[in-house]
Amino acid sequence: MKVLRETMIIGLHSLRVALRNPLTIIVGLLQPITWMLLFAPLLKNLPTTTSFSATTAINIFTPGMLVMLAPITSLFSGIGLVTELRGGVLDRLRVTPASRLAIILGKAGRDLVVLLLQGLILVLIAWMMGLQIYPLGILVAFVLLLIVGLLMVSCSYAFALTLRDENAVASISNVLLLPLLLLSGLILPLELAPGWMKTLAALNPLAYTVAAMRALFVGEFNDVAIIQGFAVTAGLALLALFWATRSFRRSFA
Amino acid sequence: MAIIEAHGLKKQFKSGKTVVDALCGINLSVAEGGIIGLLGPNGAGKTTLLRILTTLLQPDAGTAQIVGQPIDTGSAAIRRRIGYVSQQGGAEAAATGRENVLLQARLHGLSAAEAKQRVSELLVGFELESIADRVVQTYSGGQRRRLDLAMGMVHRPVLLFLDEPAVGLDPQSRARLWDEVRSLHRGGTSVVITTHYLDEADALCDRVAIIDHGQIIVEDSPAGLKRTLAGDVVRLGIRVDELEQARTLFTNQAFVRDISCEDEHLRLVVEQGETALPQILQLVNDHGLSLQTITLDRPSLDDVFLHYTGRSLRDA
Ligand SMILES: Nc1ncnc2c1ncn2[C@@H]1O[C@H](COP(=O)(O)OP(=O)(O)OP(=O)(O)O)[C@@H](O)[C@H]1O
Ligand SMILES: [Mg+2]
Repeated sequence: MKVLRETMIIGLHSLRVALRNPLTIIVGLLQPITWMLLFAPLLKNLPTTTSFSATTAINIFTPGMLVMLAPITSLFSGIGLVTELRGGVLDRLRVTPASRLAIILGKAGRDLVVLLLQGLILVLIAWMMGLQIYPLGILVAFVLLLIVGLLMVSCSYAFALTLRDENAVASISNVLLLPLLLLSGLILPLELAPGWMKTLAALNPLAYTVAAMRALFVGEFNDVAIIQGFAVTAGLALLALFWATRSFRRSFA
Repeated sequence: MAIIEAHGLKKQFKSGKTVVDALCGINLSVAEGGIIGLLGPNGAGKTTLLRILTTLLQPDAGTAQIVGQPIDTGSAAIRRRIGYVSQQGGAEAAATGRENVLLQARLHGLSAAEAKQRVSELLVGFELESIADRVVQTYSGGQRRRLDLAMGMVHRPVLLFLDEPAVGLDPQSRARLWDEVRSLHRGGTSVVITTHYLDEADALCDRVAIIDHGQIIVEDSPAGLKRTLAGDVVRLGIRVDELEQARTLFTNQAFVRDISCEDEHLRLVVEQGETALPQILQLVNDHGLSLQTITLDRPSLDDVFLHYTGRSLRDA
């Protein structure tokens, strides 16, 4: 109860502050939108040897972009946390009796709401580009988006609290992210990949998230990838949350 | 009962290969309802000590009890009852002043209505009302500092830690800060304040601890500190031809610790200036000496500081 109350207090406060600056939402959207506008059209003319067809190309591409939002948004959150650490903002929160978990969860909550808004805008754009809508699928996909968002934000917070340096957080995120994203089949499905890449991708948690997201977007609700994606993403999100909270408790000792 | 009781607190920082001994065995006892000033040069360990006492930092060794509870970085029981205004502040730059203080109030458990009421009260008290709904980014240094203070006091703590609260405040705001601290004190709050301003320690604190190189060198009341140092200095302006006679006379008095001649003055070091003066006047009268001037100088805290640390705070 106490944790819930404090999470709400911190979350609502942070959200109000974040939404005051519309850039918060727009900046993270720029990259996925650019991909949507300048890359997705190429997919229409792809040879039919793959699962792409003119009608479903955008349905296959959009879920990947949705997943891509999560690391981009969380990168900014991690950097923001370092700034707060430096400015004494975290100390000032830590000196209250508020639960440490609530402080992390509240801040993550703000990022998740931002992510949700970004996701809605992205889907709206995709819809205008011809996305075929499966309402149930999209609803569940957004739940998955929040879970992968929690995973990414928690990791980013843990990095921030451990490294305590904006540049270091940005560098490590970039170094880790590109392979993680490319090996997730986020831009093109992994069925195009050679064998060794598929093996590597099987070790990449984000690949499961993307696969599940994609199944949801093309309306294949019986696909086992959905369950797998949820299980892997949610399991890791919990671990990451634990890691972030622990770093928060320890990083000051 | 002591509200702070610390024994042998030690803290070492390692950054790369260098090791800094920030605290080397701090013992400190603060009585409930007291105001103690921690006086020390840059890097003495003041902030480190405060961070340990406010449960933000784990000491390497030593124990401490705050408001009757053993310190522990997980102790919500302590956090509920203490307030901390850190050296760097801690206001969120992108939020408004009001939002910052409100958040602090709510996290300390005030209900929405209580918080709202208390926050406007404080904003008025620190003369922040007119800028309360502007984002903190746009505040001047002193306005920001006042906001930090409001945040630290919002839950009416039993024990308040202020780390250099007056830095960046104009004289008027400083006076208001002192008033605020005194009124909290009257209400029963104990205060720990670190400062570089000697007049602040002198005006506000009933105890002063001088801390240097991670150790408390001396702790006493401001007056006591000054007394143990050298006593007060009384200078008597006396006609040159009577100087020797006067000198013999005062050398034999019990209340005079030291005596010397400076030009046409007799310089007496006495235990306590205010009791010595009438005695001196009486003696001058009884022996028919012609006294032209008399001055009383008391050592300042700066002299005390210089004496104990070999440095002057004014240069620090
Ligand atoms: N996180 C840290 N890592 C390494 N060294 C540190 C750290 N924090 C403090 N120190 C060192 O510990 C010593 C004590 O620092 P502290 O901040 O307690 O001093 P202070 O008395 O508050 O000084 P000031 O008057 O400048 O605020 C300094 O030498 C400082 O460099
Ligand atoms: Mg300091």
